[in-house]
Amino acid sequence: MSSDFWIILTACLVAALNALLGSFLVLRRMAMIGDAISHAVLPGIVIAYFLSQSRATLPMLVGAAATGLLVTALIEFLNRKVKLQSDASIGISFTFLFAVGVIMISYFGTNIDLDQECVLYGEIAYVPMYNIAVGGMDLGPRQVWIVGSVLLFSIVSVIWGYNRLAVTTFDPEFAASVGINVVFWQFFLMGGVSLSTVVSFESVGAVLVIALLVGPAATAYLITNRLTPMIVMAIIAGVMASVIGYYLAKYLNASIAGAISVVIGIQFAITIVIVSIRRRYNRLKYEPSQNAPV
Amino acid sequence: MMEAFQEFISFFRLTEPNVRVVFWGSLILCASSGLVGTFTFLRKRSLIGDVISHSVLPGICLAFLIGNEKNLIVLITGASITGWISTYLIDVITAKSKIKTDTAIALVLSVFFGAGILLLTKIQHSGYGSQSGLDSFIFGSAAAMNFSDVKLFGIFGSLMISIVLIFYRGFLLISFDEDYAGAIGFPIRFLKFLLSVITVITVAMGVQSVGVVLMSALLITPAATARFWTHRVPLLAGLAMVFAGVSGILGSAISYTKAGMPTGPWIVVVVSFFAFFSVAFGSQKGIFPKWIRRRVNNKRILGENILKVFYKLSEGTESGYSLQELISSTPVKEADLMNGLRILQKNDLIGKANDKWFLSESGFREAKSVVRKHRLWELYLSKYMNLKADHVHDDAEGIEHVITAEIEKELEKLLDYPTVDPHDSEIPYE
Repeated sequence: MSSDFWIILTACLVAALNALLGSFLVLRRMAMIGDAISHAVLPGIVIAYFLSQSRATLPMLVGAAATGLLVTALIEFLNRKVKLQSDASIGISFTFLFAVGVIMISYFGTNIDLDQECVLYGEIAYVPMYNIAVGGMDLGPRQVWIVGSVLLFSIVSVIWGYNRLAVTTFDPEFAASVGINVVFWQFFLMGGVSLSTVVSFESVGAVLVIALLVGPAATAYLITNRLTPMIVMAIIAGVMASVIGYYLAKYLNASIAGAISVVIGIQFAITIVIVSIRRRYNRLKYEPSQNAPV
Repeated sequence: MMEAFQEFISFFRLTEPNVRVVFWGSLILCASSGLVGTFTFLRKRSLIGDVISHSVLPGICLAFLIGNEKNLIVLITGASITGWISTYLIDVITAKSKIKTDTAIALVLSVFFGAGILLLTKIQHSGYGSQSGLDSFIFGSAAAMNFSDVKLFGIFGSLMISIVLIFYRGFLLISFDEDYAGAIGFPIRFLKFLLSVITVITVAMGVQSVGVVLMSALLITPAATARFWTHRVPLLAGLAMVFAGVSGILGSAISYTKAGMPTGPWIVVVVSFFAFFSVAFGSQKGIFPKWIRRRVNNKRILGENILKVFYKLSEGTESGYSLQELISSTPVKEADLMNGLRILQKNDLIGKANDKWFLSESGFREAKSVVRKHRLWELYLSKYMNLKADHVHDDAEGIEHVITAEIEKELEKLLDYPTVDPHDSEIPYE
């Protein structure tokens, strides 16, 4: 199959995965925590690359989960224990870890197959270069299998914990009062975000993951108030942005990840304009102005 | 390693003209972002700095495409325009839709940065190649500065400082109480606009040495660090400038030791080091000084409570008391009691003879003072708050340790030098 197909498929899988988890982040007002995690996994990934001397997925996951949890813990610590305002707590924590990650890359960069560009916008164009084969049969790019299985795993987990996730999202106090462990579901979601950041990292880089996490979910949230339709719409928007973004990048001969985030921005802009116009139209329709003839 | 260290030291001799340029450039850039960051920090809009810093990238690329060369003034102008648009968009999105601030920030930040990456890769793929030097704006490269850049930074930097000095009161007011500032006639829209303009320009300049990805740290971290040492704004701004400036120079010096090493991450690591140190040891909010203060306070309260026990017992009889008597007449735990007695004895407030503890003269005075404050407060509560006599004790238990001499005087005057508290116990005077 053509490399176009594989790149688009990877992009769609990454977008769907991030849209699924991003919907919960947007509703929980934790978008910036997602941003912090997506930056902070970098040193974990670099250490794992360096120690294992390979792109093996498991060490990377462990490393990224470790620093991803570290940054959430650091933010909580600064905010709750030291009583530093939350915006500053987030800002200090993730910039520090990200800086450490970039420094590590510039020192070990030549030993490991990782450079600053990869961190910034990923290497989705190279996805078809790393195929896996079983028994001589070409099964397609490794990345597709990794992202695909994580996506499947996330969908199953979200369906399994759907009710409790929803309750802790919308009304954590009620959730706690009926005996749901709010902290567990918080970490469940943060773990999911760390996981998806890691598998998206190679494709779109650490910085643009956040566009995929937040953008489609925000667009869907403009359209609907209900959780399930919101998640479905977010996934559709993310997949659409991936396809259009790919061809935009090809047309401009530029970064695919960059193009996808631009398309996500345009989607959001169009949606917000349409929603505002419709709201104004509805208001005119149902609340005739005083000048209107009776 | 040794070589790197020597390079590091040689940086500070400032003999090479190139090093002097980097030194002064980093100092000016970082110090002015520390100053401007103080106000974004106080306005709790630190993450807006993150948005601006990511959003200057498309502006830089567009300016390069239009101007077709790396002219710093053109680049800064382009950067400032997109940076300012991004903050404007966040305000529009949060005002016109149900999208919350955090989502709007994350969205605008990543989309603008994505657009920047799109343009950057477009520039790189279309023949300008890496000569464009735009890469250095991503993670910063202080080494890419030249003398005329530094002159420009110097002019802009002094302009920023003058603006902050001129509009200091206004900025201060909109940082703490915007509504009040408006009510007493300050032009808050203009002040907010001015503040966002100087923030954007500071960020646009700073990306030269720190880079767009990490520039936000230089706005947020120095001010947050300074907050652990002081709560007075002028001092806060001054300290933030010092922390930022020193980090800028140290970070540049470290990155100077290895060719191709980006400057931004090192500056951020150094400034984060200051931050973590201050979180632990900052005199105002640091964990360790706070812990010490609490311990000292707890000891004082324990001591005063024990003295009170003595006093109350002495209202019955006159002689000393055995440990058993003391234990049975106070809720203080035995271990704490022993500890407290030891401290009091060390300070000559109590003495011990024949296994009995007794108040010394100064101890008796202290005890009287605590009991007086306690009973004055009880009386105050029952008289002015209309609380019943059996409701006032617990409150007085806490407040007696924090009433100062001045408040005590005022209470006495207010209550007209009373002689008995609501429980008809005598209020002891000197």
